[in-house]
Amino acid sequence: MEALLLSRWQFAITTTYHFLFVPITLGLSIFVALLETCYVGTKRPDWKATCRKLVRFFGTIFLINFAMGVVTGIVQEFHFGMNWSEYSRFMGDIFGAPLALEALTAFFLESTFLGIWVFGWDKLSEKLHCACIWLVAIGSNISAFWILVANSFMQHPVGYAIENGRAVMTDFFALLTNHYVLGEYSHALFAGISTGGFVVLAISAWKVLHDEASRYAFTQTLKAGAIYMSIGLLGVMGSGHMHTQYLAEANPMKLSSMEALWETENPAPFAIMAAVNMEKNRNDCELSIPGVFSFMLYNKPEGEVKGINALQKEYQSKYGPGDYRPDVPALFWSFRIMVATGGFMLMLALAIVLLAKMDRIMAFPLLLKALPFLLPLPFLANSAGWFIAEAGRQPWIVVGLQKTADAVSPNLTAGSVWLTMIGFTVLYLLLAIAALYIALRHIRTASIPVEGRDS
Amino acid sequence: MMELNLIWFVLIVVLFTGFFLLEGFDYGVGILLPFMSPHDSERSQVLRTIAPVWDGNEVWMITAGGALFAAFPHVYATMFSTFYLALFLMLIALILRGVAFELRGRHESPCWRHFWEGAICFGSAVPAFLWGVAVTNLIQGLPINEKMIYLGGFFDLLTPYTIIGGLTFFFVFTFHGAAFLTQRLASYGLILRARTLAAKAGAMAIIVFVFCLLLTFLNTDLFHSALAGVCLLAAGAVFILGYLRLFQGHSRTAFVLSSFSIIATTIGFFAGLFPRLMVSSLNPDWSLTIFNAASTHYTLSIMTIAAACLVPVVLIYQGWTYWIFRQRISPNDCNDVH
Repeated sequence: MEALLLSRWQFAITTTYHFLFVPITLGLSIFVALLETCYVGTKRPDWKATCRKLVRFFGTIFLINFAMGVVTGIVQEFHFGMNWSEYSRFMGDIFGAPLALEALTAFFLESTFLGIWVFGWDKLSEKLHCACIWLVAIGSNISAFWILVANSFMQHPVGYAIENGRAVMTDFFALLTNHYVLGEYSHALFAGISTGGFVVLAISAWKVLHDEASRYAFTQTLKAGAIYMSIGLLGVMGSGHMHTQYLAEANPMKLSSMEALWETENPAPFAIMAAVNMEKNRNDCELSIPGVFSFMLYNKPEGEVKGINALQKEYQSKYGPGDYRPDVPALFWSFRIMVATGGFMLMLALAIVLLAKMDRIMAFPLLLKALPFLLPLPFLANSAGWFIAEAGRQPWIVVGLQKTADAVSPNLTAGSVWLTMIGFTVLYLLLAIAALYIALRHIRTASIPVEGRDS
Repeated sequence: MMELNLIWFVLIVVLFTGFFLLEGFDYGVGILLPFMSPHDSERSQVLRTIAPVWDGNEVWMITAGGALFAAFPHVYATMFSTFYLALFLMLIALILRGVAFELRGRHESPCWRHFWEGAICFGSAVPAFLWGVAVTNLIQGLPINEKMIYLGGFFDLLTPYTIIGGLTFFFVFTFHGAAFLTQRLASYGLILRARTLAAKAGAMAIIVFVFCLLLTFLNTDLFHSALAGVCLLAAGAVFILGYLRLFQGHSRTAFVLSSFSIIATTIGFFAGLFPRLMVSSLNPDWSLTIFNAASTHYTLSIMTIAAACLVPVVLIYQGWTYWIFRQRISPNDCNDVH
């Protein structure tokens, strides 16, 4: 039992850590590729030189981040067999395929062409070199697609049958066209763009304030980063909204837990705050707006939303006795943290786009000063989002098919999981310090003056 | 119906062969790094020989793992939970190594550089050794019960035979890496140094390799398969031949022969295992085979189509990388750190 709990903690720690880097990779790879496309395309010699330096500047940030993402990703691939061997047995027929395809279509692509991109500046033509970073960006984003195909199956199984106590694939294309993939993938992709945009924005703001010689160059990336981030955040909201509507049919228990809606209601209210009481199956008190939840789900002021209590009864009659409720208060608050952070970031990004458009950005030094300190926000939102996705399917590891408690490796001892969990955590902390130190040093020291122009 | 299981067995062999062949010299270069030169700039050249390609090479291992998961999920489940702590050590090593490649060149302080070079050396030595331990454990057999669950602990994996196996992988890869360096560096001094180190590592490799083959003959049923016997003996002979060619000044031939030796060893091990992938020492019927551990026919067919389309493309563009970076690394190549 203890090995199970520790394995869950270990997976949560390592996967949350891994996903600090992944969104930057997804978003920043595309941003650097766009920047290099500008470099290749521009006819102005002064801007071309600046652009090349900017590609290298943000390229370095991307590379440090990419290395961290890759090494922590290997841990995740090994994890399924090491700690969750019964899951791998039960699900291997379905889950292994997207993982192998991820390696074949994405990992080879991104790692090979990244190697060429880093060391091939003088060996390739400009256009070919630029194509390499595009292939890296495409590879990274294909990788996200496959892993979310795998994850979507865990959230909402499709195209399978149960044979001899194992889940087997009966329709590969059903896996790919799982509606859940559309929601998860678009949400993750746009979250990556928002995160990458915020990284660019925060770094640029700091450079604009502290490095006068580089001010011109980084004012450009400040604008670009804000636009890029706004696009990302609008996409995040749209895909999030679409996916939540879909949850009403795909995973109602997760949806009602996110909203702490205990009783079935029509129309259902939206709770802004609630004191959730898991023991008594109700909210001790709540502040809510009537009808809004139904409206958000069905685009009309009415519509029934099933409550947690009703769903619990339904699942008990379907799957046998047991507690099928996820951790409701944790989901409720994670959802609010995610949405509030996302909304705040969108307003921030739009404000900067507007100010930049009016050339008024330098009149607000406080805003620029604050931006680097706000950089944890997208990571908070990303982690909260994954927490909802993964904690929201508990007690299941594959919704309706296998429980998390049945998935853990049977020969695992608590002692060895303690050892590996502490080992990974300590190593991850030390590496974070080293990588952050080098990244900050690079940001501080790398200067991009523009020749023949007063900054 | 069963042909697909066979195809996937072959594909797993191909992936592991690619992995050992390519990461073999990467690990070797990593292990030798601190011993190649007292000068920072020269060690930068050594690292530069594998810098553009090591990450792509490592994907062969990831893909081999993913392919095992997809095609033989029981093997993936049993193998990874069996080697739990060994894999933890390997992951720690690979994490340090991967980050070290990225961070080492980004600071000038000698202390910083030495630390990350140490990490690269450690991060290459540990997986090289552990893969040898793992492979010899697989062919020797493990206490696996009728539910495909490993009953032993971490230290049961370390027997004299498997330690010899680990050392064999370690020294063969070191030699392979040294021979690779003689082909990739431009500075005469460094080439000489690589050759000297190759001579030392090669001598050690021959001793443990021969010893390992002998123990394999005595300890396992691998030589019951004629193909395995031929491959493994050829691997040993080719390796010794490569070592001799190195002394005659033919470093390129030495590298080609050590490559062939690694290929033959991998094929030999798998041929001896066939149709098993993990041997149960408790009961031969409890061994994991390409039939009882496999995915369904449907999944295997989907994956076969995917692999048939994708593997050739991967081979083409990875080959292209080696073509782009075919020139020997000279001191000038390292001025331009990204």
